[in-house]
Amino acid sequence: MLKDITIGQFFPGNSVLHRMDARFKIIITALFIAMLFSANTIIGLLPGILFMALCYALSKIPFRLMLKSLKPIIPIILFTSLLNIFFLDGVVLLRVGFVRITYDGILFTVMMILRIAALIAGSSLLTYTSSPISLTDAVESLLSPLKKLRFPVHELSMMMSIALRFIPTLIEETDKIMSAQKARGADMESGGLLHRAKALVPILIPLFVSAFSRAMELALAMECRCYQGGEGRTRLKVLHSKGADYIGLTIAMLFLDATVLVDLLL
Amino acid sequence: MENIIEIKDVNFRYHNSDEEDLGVNVLEHINLNIKKGEFVAILGHNGSGKSTLAKLCNAILTPSSGVVLSYGFDTSDEQNLFDIRKKIGMVFQNPDNQLVATVVEEDVAFGLENIGVPTDEMRKRVDEALRAVDMYEYREHAPHKLSGGQKQRVAIAGIIAMKPECIVLDEPTAMLDPRGRNEVMNTIRMLNRDYGITIVLITHYMEEAAEADRIIVIDGGAVMLDGKPEDVFSQVALLKSVGLDVPQVTDLMYCLKEQGFPADTHIISEEAAFDLLYRLLL
Repeated sequence: MLKDITIGQFFPGNSVLHRMDARFKIIITALFIAMLFSANTIIGLLPGILFMALCYALSKIPFRLMLKSLKPIIPIILFTSLLNIFFLDGVVLLRVGFVRITYDGILFTVMMILRIAALIAGSSLLTYTSSPISLTDAVESLLSPLKKLRFPVHELSMMMSIALRFIPTLIEETDKIMSAQKARGADMESGGLLHRAKALVPILIPLFVSAFSRAMELALAMECRCYQGGEGRTRLKVLHSKGADYIGLTIAMLFLDATVLVDLLL
Repeated sequence: MENIIEIKDVNFRYHNSDEEDLGVNVLEHINLNIKKGEFVAILGHNGSGKSTLAKLCNAILTPSSGVVLSYGFDTSDEQNLFDIRKKIGMVFQNPDNQLVATVVEEDVAFGLENIGVPTDEMRKRVDEALRAVDMYEYREHAPHKLSGGQKQRVAIAGIIAMKPECIVLDEPTAMLDPRGRNEVMNTIRMLNRDYGITIVLITHYMEEAAEADRIIVIDGGAVMLDGKPEDVFSQVALLKSVGLDVPQVTDLMYCLKEQGFPADTHIISEEAAFDLLYRLLL
């Protein structure tokens, strides 16, 4: 059950998008989010969605993966659409008792669904096409001006990459502890919310204890390998920006302009 | 041969977090020298102080009294820390808890990044180290998808990329299945034989210790036996009295000898045991 999460997963490949500089991909993703949120009409969303479709085509990531990334957010989409559809004012289309559906409500709901879906699918593409390590490197590089303000940029990116490294290990561990507690007769599947939350305690405590002892050992291993913070460190992979990165950035900017233009014109 | 690690009259006791003395010496009056190019196994059961001894070698721990000189550097002097650790690498028991990066080659590069090796040079050394432990084709894999033996070999690659002269391995095979144990032992032997790296192997597997040039048995914080594997294992009764085993063939020889057969307890390999049994039976 814990292994089905696809958000944040990396799918190795050799497409244009895979080879792009992760720093540019982060900036482009930010531009993409700006496209989605600067649009006020459904037509205004079109450039953004078109841009996303173009990126997916370039990335050669299978279409079903995109659908899979949307699965976890279906409940959120359903919940907010129900609220929007019934409670927005506007031209009334249908009225049953005190419930009414308005034209504006439908329009807004469709737009919101498109926006959320595009947001998740589009930003997932960032992690689908960039290795966690290139992402943390990119974050470190993008935040590096903050070093002047004594912000611990290197430490932050180190923490991110260690967290990423240990997510699968800790998930495995959680599965093991759950099995062990089940074997001892722990009941995690029945009862009310409170009961289930309580049932998590015997899983979380051993998990925390083991995470701390892992952290101690890892720190020791890092020290043995001469780790002494970000000072004087070199990198195996240095981020290089190429022509393609600037072209990608330009295209993203053009799409953002298109979004703003469409909204202005309509 | 020159001594690379000199342990001189070392006592060690642990302190709790308030710097309060816990009162028990974990190691007592240890005097040891490790020579260049040696393959030393340190044996001892749980709590004998063998891991503590290993941690003294590369200045993770410093002696409560006495001196540890690693490559001539006093481990108690913090200024020497990185000089010592560049020369003496350490591999731990749990392979999961010593891999830092999410990609194999990035992990191997971690130590090199720390000591500021230029990128081109780093690339070469990472590839070399991965080829040496036969993990080159896995260089772009995620560590959590590897088997225990493979993870441990990646950890070893991360150490040898730093070109140490000595590697201390603290029960590197304890969490592995027999196959992984074999892979790791083959790698360790190869590093000692082909690269001339001094190996200090902490273990509680007698068969692994039997492959070393020299065995040091630690019990109750003191050196109990120190010598060639054949000589150490021939002391079957003494080893058994402190709860340690001997290799199965040696045990067999010991039983035969007790029954009055002309068996030799210096035998630690199956081939030698076979030859002797064959002669006995003829």
